[in-house]
Amino acid sequence: MPMNMTEKILAKAAGKDAVCAGDLISAEIDVIMCHDVTTPPAISMLKENGIDKVFDPERIVVTPDHFQPAKDIKSAELHKRLDKWAREKKIKHYYPIGKAGVCHALLPEQGHIRPGEVIVGGDSHTCTYGAFGAFSTGIGSTDLAAAIATGQLWFKVPESMKFVLNGTLPPGVYSKDVILAVIARIGTDGALYRAMEFTGSALGDMTMEARMTVTNMAIEAGAKNGIIGFDETTKQYLDEHLKDKTEYTVYDSDAEAEYVAVKEFDCSKLEPMVALPHLPSGGVPIGECSGKEMDQAYIGSCTNGRIEDLRIAAKIMQGKAVAIRTIVVPATPEIWKQMMDEGLGSIFYEAGCVVSAPTCGACLGGFMGILASDEKCVSTTNRNFVGRMGSPKSEVYLASPATAAASAIEGKLTDPRKFM
Amino acid sequence: MSKAHVYKRDHINTDEIIPARYLNTDDAKELAVHCMEDLDAGFIEKCAAGDVVVAGDDFGCGSSREHAVWAIQGAQVGAIIAQSFARIFYRNCINCGFYVVELPGAIEKINDGDEIEIDYEKGVIENKTQGTKLEFKALPDFAIEIINNGGLLKHISRK
Repeated sequence: MPMNMTEKILAKAAGKDAVCAGDLISAEIDVIMCHDVTTPPAISMLKENGIDKVFDPERIVVTPDHFQPAKDIKSAELHKRLDKWAREKKIKHYYPIGKAGVCHALLPEQGHIRPGEVIVGGDSHTCTYGAFGAFSTGIGSTDLAAAIATGQLWFKVPESMKFVLNGTLPPGVYSKDVILAVIARIGTDGALYRAMEFTGSALGDMTMEARMTVTNMAIEAGAKNGIIGFDETTKQYLDEHLKDKTEYTVYDSDAEAEYVAVKEFDCSKLEPMVALPHLPSGGVPIGECSGKEMDQAYIGSCTNGRIEDLRIAAKIMQGKAVAIRTIVVPATPEIWKQMMDEGLGSIFYEAGCVVSAPTCGACLGGFMGILASDEKCVSTTNRNFVGRMGSPKSEVYLASPATAAASAIEGKLTDPRKFM
Repeated sequence: MSKAHVYKRDHINTDEIIPARYLNTDDAKELAVHCMEDLDAGFIEKCAAGDVVVAGDDFGCGSSREHAVWAIQGAQVGAIIAQSFARIFYRNCINCGFYVVELPGAIEKINDGDEIEIDYEKGVIENKTQGTKLEFKALPDFAIEIINNGGLLKHISRK
């Protein structure tokens, strides 16, 4: 029976020869991602139910990120609970502060993501890791607790949609613009419960960092997972990043595999996109919204806080000054160091940006850049829901690092091609 | 019998249900104070124990934060009826032992303030105010068993 990538990985994880969409399976989990908001409650639940077991301390990766460094006493208590548990359970891959980073940037960078594996995490953007040809999905705290204890979870095999990204991205247009255009076309529930499989020449040209921006936002279309096939670019990234366990299995979609829908995009015709408030599906070409005055620019997050993103922003800001508050957040300590080593930190400083330690921070309205009422922020993050970055009366405009940097300089939504 | 609080809106997301500024706690009672705060600041005042929230499509989209379910449970909401649910939220509800009802056309069939009664196992909502019976697809048996056992972890530890 022909199968697509998602089905093949889930079949293997369930110990079956084949599965098809709609099957309920019990899957073996390869890697579990744990952070500071959803894991402490999972730990408490396990304790309350008299379950003390951790299925495999080598296959759980722990990093505080949402509110780290602790933003207040309550979040410090969450960190304390997480830290105590990680040490007690001898979690091998624990990244305390100094090593900690935004989870979805940190795990691939530190070599915890391999093709063909089943990865779950207590965070909706866990779908990011699908960029490596893995099945990866976000779960809540109860599922997380069950997975930590048993190494297994039940899943319904999702139907798959195929997104063919044709053509070549024009200058000034990036993978963020692509995924905003995809979500604008299908809506925030356009892929509800489904797998989003991405393919096509424009995708093939993208670096792994750029591909992760695409799969990161699969959840913003309601998807269970986003997934991208393995190629030479994937292999090269893995060769550079995998550490202790370097073997993996690659699964490709069969040519006759079934998809409930196939959507084609001509990326050559794409323009820089901005998702207007208050849904990630509010994407419009920059030409339709340029000139809108902003109060803040935010460059960071699991969507666009990687070194490539910082390079793109720095290139635009070099020798210029920002007109509004601009916050730059390298997603991991390694990215932070690279930024400094490459001189990007100085460019941001000279331009008048504030650069923070790695954190999810203001992306979710946690801290480090909260918006007041009636303020507007152009942000490289993934959500622009009401109140997402602060006051329920504030507004978030989602864009690429290039558009955010150009808008920071002008103080209003600006086409980044103006600076190229 | 429960009173329905109807929100004629799609995509009511987890940031509206429980804003992230309150995620520094996982205490349901503390979370409940802020339940639905960014959608309807008056919600917690008007919601009595057992009342039901009714909404459009894609309810609970966004974050995987189970805090959204705990806030709703802490506010003693009896159930949520929506035209459709976002995936992680739906799964979290069952895992927490909380009933979710998928009812196409929900926001047309139930008015704000209607008194309703839900039979979860049979899949019937009785709208006492309008004198109508609305059928929905009941949850599968295993999900009802998880809910009746008080959630996934209690369910597992009983086995």
